[in-house]
Amino acid sequence: MSGDVLDGWEVVIGLEVHAELATQTKMFSSARNVFGGEPNTNIDPVSLGLPGSLPVLNEKAIELAIRVGLALNCKVQRSVFARKNYFYPDMPKAYQISQFDLPINEGGWLELPSGRKAMIERAHLEEDTGKSSHVGGGGRIHEATYSLVDYNRAGVPLIEIVGAPDLRSAEEARGYVAELRSILVAIGASDGKMEEGSMRVDCNVSVRPMGTEELGTRCEVKNINSLRSLGRAIEYESRRQVDLLTSGQRIEQQTRHWDEAEGRTHKLRSKEEAFDYRYFPEPDLVPVDPSPEWIAEIAASLPMLPRQRRVRLAEAAKGEVADAALIVERGLDDLAVEAMEAGADATRVLVHCVNNLSEGAGQLSTGSFAALVAMETGGELSATQAKTVLADLVASGGDPAAAAAAHGFEAMDTSELDGIVDGIIAAHPDDWAAYVEGDEGERKKKSGFFVGQIMKATRGQADGKLVNKILAQRAAG
Amino acid sequence: MTDPISRDDVTHVARLACLSLTDQELEAFTGQLANILSHASDLEALDLTGVEPTSHPLPLVNVLRPDVPGEPVDRDEVLAAAPSVEDHQFRVPPALGGNT
Amino acid sequence: MSALELAAAIRSGERSAVDVLEEHLAVIDAREDEIHAFNLVMVEQARREAVDIDAHLAAGEELGPLAGVPVALKDNMCTRGVPTTCSSKILEGWKPPYDATVVQRLTAAGAVIIGKTNMDEFAMGGSTENSAFGPTRNPLDTSRVPGGSSGGSAAAVAAGFAPLSLGSDTGGSIRQPAALCGLVGVKPTYGRVSRYGLVAFASSLDQIGPFAATVADAALLLEVISGHDPLDSTSIAEPAPGLLSVLDQGVEGLRIGILDELSGHGVEGISPDVLARLDAAVEALTAAGATVERASVPATVYGLSAYYVIAPAEASSNLSRYDGVRFGPRTDGATTNEMMVATRTEGFGDEVKRRIMLGTYALSAGYYDAYYGKSQKVRTLILKDFAKAYEKFDLLISPTAPTTAFPLGAKTEDPMQMYLQDVCTIPSNLAGHPAMSVPFGVGDDGLPVGVQILAPAMGEATMFRAAAVLEKSGGAQ
Repeated sequence: MSGDVLDGWEVVIGLEVHAELATQTKMFSSARNVFGGEPNTNIDPVSLGLPGSLPVLNEKAIELAIRVGLALNCKVQRSVFARKNYFYPDMPKAYQISQFDLPINEGGWLELPSGRKAMIERAHLEEDTGKSSHVGGGGRIHEATYSLVDYNRAGVPLIEIVGAPDLRSAEEARGYVAELRSILVAIGASDGKMEEGSMRVDCNVSVRPMGTEELGTRCEVKNINSLRSLGRAIEYESRRQVDLLTSGQRIEQQTRHWDEAEGRTHKLRSKEEAFDYRYFPEPDLVPVDPSPEWIAEIAASLPMLPRQRRVRLAEAAKGEVADAALIVERGLDDLAVEAMEAGADATRVLVHCVNNLSEGAGQLSTGSFAALVAMETGGELSATQAKTVLADLVASGGDPAAAAAAHGFEAMDTSELDGIVDGIIAAHPDDWAAYVEGDEGERKKKSGFFVGQIMKATRGQADGKLVNKILAQRAAG
Repeated sequence: MTDPISRDDVTHVARLACLSLTDQELEAFTGQLANILSHASDLEALDLTGVEPTSHPLPLVNVLRPDVPGEPVDRDEVLAAAPSVEDHQFRVPPALGGNT
Repeated sequence: MSALELAAAIRSGERSAVDVLEEHLAVIDAREDEIHAFNLVMVEQARREAVDIDAHLAAGEELGPLAGVPVALKDNMCTRGVPTTCSSKILEGWKPPYDATVVQRLTAAGAVIIGKTNMDEFAMGGSTENSAFGPTRNPLDTSRVPGGSSGGSAAAVAAGFAPLSLGSDTGGSIRQPAALCGLVGVKPTYGRVSRYGLVAFASSLDQIGPFAATVADAALLLEVISGHDPLDSTSIAEPAPGLLSVLDQGVEGLRIGILDELSGHGVEGISPDVLARLDAAVEALTAAGATVERASVPATVYGLSAYYVIAPAEASSNLSRYDGVRFGPRTDGATTNEMMVATRTEGFGDEVKRRIMLGTYALSAGYYDAYYGKSQKVRTLILKDFAKAYEKFDLLISPTAPTTAFPLGAKTEDPMQMYLQDVCTIPSNLAGHPAMSVPFGVGDDGLPVGVQILAPAMGEATMFRAAAVLEKSGGAQ
């Protein structure tokens, strides 16, 4: 959101992110936690809320929640589960087991890509609901003739990460969610797939005159299913609020629904219609009070976080790395850092990571990656050849020299290349004159022509950099 | 506990509890609930400052289960006990009425 | 013949399980129309089980301690494929897809499940008149109630329909009907017996326990059903207590307190003939070598008030799942919400609705602290006062119920009068402590009176020693 769109107004955003935890089984029973599947196959008396069934906490869900808390710099504490009571067909017991006044993780922060810290209020555990699909009326809830409920998702463990109203733009909000996602994936807490609904974002938006401190009345926007719609929803909602205020109206505190197709938000309910959830401590569960030893053990097992990995990559590359986030997200940073530490040229390493390893490193070892880059910078392989060899190493491992030999990539000796270059120059006198005498643009164009011809003559085995060097030498006389 | 429950309170509570009451029931419940709640007013005399609430009679903590899948229930057996089923799912009337 | 004697006779081959079952079915045939102890007599299934037991015995197999003994179950314990109704229209015809843990343990011990017994709807009541399927009558005087809510289970044993039965006790629902029917009835320590598969009334108070004609039979059944269950988070991680082995240890040297507040010096309405039997019990215990003194547990006078907030609050949430979506009958409606309201309004009886309303109110915004919060604190006081009393005493005693069995209809008009039936039994539920009722003679009307023995958590063995002494003293006759 650019300043000119909301001239004089500041948008304030707080996000509530729900992520499904990557457990084998559900939060409170041994039914499987898997996405999709035939309707109502991953169910048991507990996830259906059958009379007489009782919840028992999944140890792994607690461990993953603690991992999230530690990764977000929260205080991990004694926590109590509570019942949140409301009637809805996809909520089997007509209450959701959640955490209310005593969440497992409290107070923390996340560093935005800009380096600014966004505060986290809490990250608590709760169970997911089933899924209703609306039949008739084109699947729209307002026109459906009936609904069908599948409880495969009911009882899947969720962590709800409640951010403070610390974000100031759609871009920042997207950055926050992207960073949170990469943290959750890195620590193995969640697969973070927004498209499968395993990560969902509710967004609290308010606006206030630039320079003021007091928070405006907020609206909560639900049904945001991608980073793109998060940005669009924030832009739409803040614009709507500013328009209301500048036309002299007031903002009503509401829960609103983002309609992706229409690109707008709709009112779901006002504050007055908010539910009375009648929270009370869940009598079927006992408190969770993780010991300092358990917390320490989990802390020790945490991998390096994306933020730390980006810093490490920049340090290894001895400078800013434009695509650090991408490289970390692909999990290529260990490879890159180790290759650079082994002496490989940082620029070439990063170029390969960004352009040629989008599917991951496969069978490629750090040693052969470093060796490959060394051959490339040493002129033994052209960039094109290096890319080909790299693909082989990714697919089946092995030694770059052997892979290069198998392709017949042999460093051409310079005298041979000199002869070929001279031959090509002689064959194209007009082009050569244009190269030598032309302005920069012309020279560049002709350089492309000559390199192309030489590559053709050498069947791609010449080192492009070396060719350019020889051309420059010839032109200089 | 100072304010006895009103008819409006009872109406509100019935809505929260997903129950519908006839006028007669509403009247009867209002009186009975007020009577029961007034009995509970003996708690008002108690000084409970500094007393922690007890929600579990036993001081258990950290009762956890390993993350190991178990036997699912038989889907057909479960669906056979449901009032309305379609395509192996539980069928319910629309969330919102046609014109609401 | 007691259950122990029956089991021994069957094990020795003197009697067959089939014969024993048929004898009991014959008694049921003769009197069930008059008593209405059962919602369902499981004739065919019981016959199959008895035949099986006899076959196993004939094959020389080692069978469990209840092999061939008929046991009746309160109709709030889930039995796979067998209707489990809680005496409510809202569960009419529902067949659970799983067995309660107690049912599994009974079956493993060789018991023959003979039927599902009538109860106050969802265990809410003290007379078994609040059943959607009609009241149960006291076999000792059919113009009187058997007590409740486990009145069907009490009547079944009192009428000789089964030597043993299981009930559930949330505020006295085993002990009070035991007293009114002249039986031994036990509420174990909260967490002793798994609640998995017990349809919940108030989760932090509910506990399953035995009815029997003798103390030893009650001990036998409690040993079978006790012990840790990983499917219940509130289950105590201890093996079943040894009870039969301690029954002859007497009370010599035990310090027993007469719980003053529940014995005519605190709560009101305890009838003089009931108090006279308590005096007789004191004499018997003293004669057996116990030291008996008055004991004060001051906060118990607030038990009733706290209970009638906590139990309905938990119940209002536990009973939300009866919404006509996943199981049980449905009353149609144009929308999901209308269907849910219609189903619940149609399906629940008045007392259940009253308690749902009461509990919903106590948890609703603005009232939580005044009612629920306060009651939870009273619970703390009761626990503290009990702890203090148990510094001086090994056991406490009091009447079980304020009166002997009352006529049908006597207390149905005024809910509060019915609630007062629980005044002596509620404190043990709030504290989670074990307590039992032992028959000890009759009142002025010739109907049985029960004496309640209370023990600290896990104190069942000592409690049973005192019960055995009372039984042996002859005062029960």
